[in-house]
Amino acid sequence: MALNQPLPSTGTPQLELPENVVVSRLDELASWCRKNSLWPMPFATACCGIELMATGAAKHDLARFGAEVFRFSPRQCDLMIVAGRVVMKMLPVLQRIWQQMHEPKWCISMGACASTGGVFDTYAVVQGIDRFIPVDMYVPGCPPRPEQLIQAIIDLQDKIQREGTINGREFNTRQRQDRKRALVESPLPLTLDASRNPNIQRQLSGSVTSARR
Amino acid sequence: MTPSPDATSESVETNPHVAALEQACGPLESSVYRGQQRVVLPADQAFAALSLLKDRGFDLLVDVSCVDYLEYRGAKHRYGLVYLLAGTGGTERLTVRVLVDDPEPTVASVVPLWEAANWLEREVWDLFGIRFTGHPDLRRLVMPEEFTAHPLRKDYPLQGRGERHNFPVITRDHS
Repeated sequence: MALNQPLPSTGTPQLELPENVVVSRLDELASWCRKNSLWPMPFATACCGIELMATGAAKHDLARFGAEVFRFSPRQCDLMIVAGRVVMKMLPVLQRIWQQMHEPKWCISMGACASTGGVFDTYAVVQGIDRFIPVDMYVPGCPPRPEQLIQAIIDLQDKIQREGTINGREFNTRQRQDRKRALVESPLPLTLDASRNPNIQRQLSGSVTSARR
Repeated sequence: MTPSPDATSESVETNPHVAALEQACGPLESSVYRGQQRVVLPADQAFAALSLLKDRGFDLLVDVSCVDYLEYRGAKHRYGLVYLLAGTGGTERLTVRVLVDDPEPTVASVVPLWEAANWLEREVWDLFGIRFTGHPDLRRLVMPEEFTAHPLRKDYPLQGRGERHNFPVITRDHS
């Protein structure tokens, strides 16, 4: 329907918009502002932090995507980038910093260690931060290249534009409330699979078995 | 530390420090490995013997660590505490081993001798559960305070007993 035609029911004429006015929804406007002014909180605990710094530095230049303002205070940030493994002693700190950040806020789990624990499957290392705080994006890699982190930020911007609302209603959906898991944990088999490991096979067949233990 | 008076006497029996220790403690198990002197001290006389070694010039405690000999071939004791000693006045080094056993593995703290032992002994207590009597502040060093196990013991599972995931979960609802 053309804007200057009267509505059939009431007969009042529609407002004629000047050419430099764009009509949009308030939700989309808010999301557009937010996605282009992400302020990351660098939670860098390991080597991924070095790649995170490289992403912000001159060569890869995160400023091209509107997310270059790294702030070291959670009060000023709305995007937490967890770069590196998180251990038992660090997890309460991580949760506290996450809770100190203002809404709306997002979280990127950068690298294998932050997402799953990586190779550090030991008693003190948390096997994926998504067990304890909400995560929006996972970046694979050990450590990921800066291009991968930039891709994750672009994807997060798409996500914010797609489902963001001005009052953060999207965070109240059932799907967002549930704990999200990168990998489903399967119980470890109690016996070792000898056919897959030549060392075990050698020990089982040879005389090494009697010498050990 | 003065260099050994006789440069030709480099064998195990004639190491002057070991000889002095044997004079004080009785016969000791000692050996030389790759040119470095090692000696095993009885746990009940460890403090007196280490004190003697400090008086003989070993004024630098390089490290205190521990080995768990559970299921180790030929081992007669469960834990081996290792003290690495050096002297700032010379180049001599000495590796001192003190063997202790379950239950309640206990040894006298050497913090009165070397202040450096404070955190080193706290780390050994944290990871191996060796008690150091006379330590001024025997708290955990690396693991969280609420941790109850001693994770570098061989009978502790590598992946822990679920302590690493014993935390509250924060969802979007909480934050």
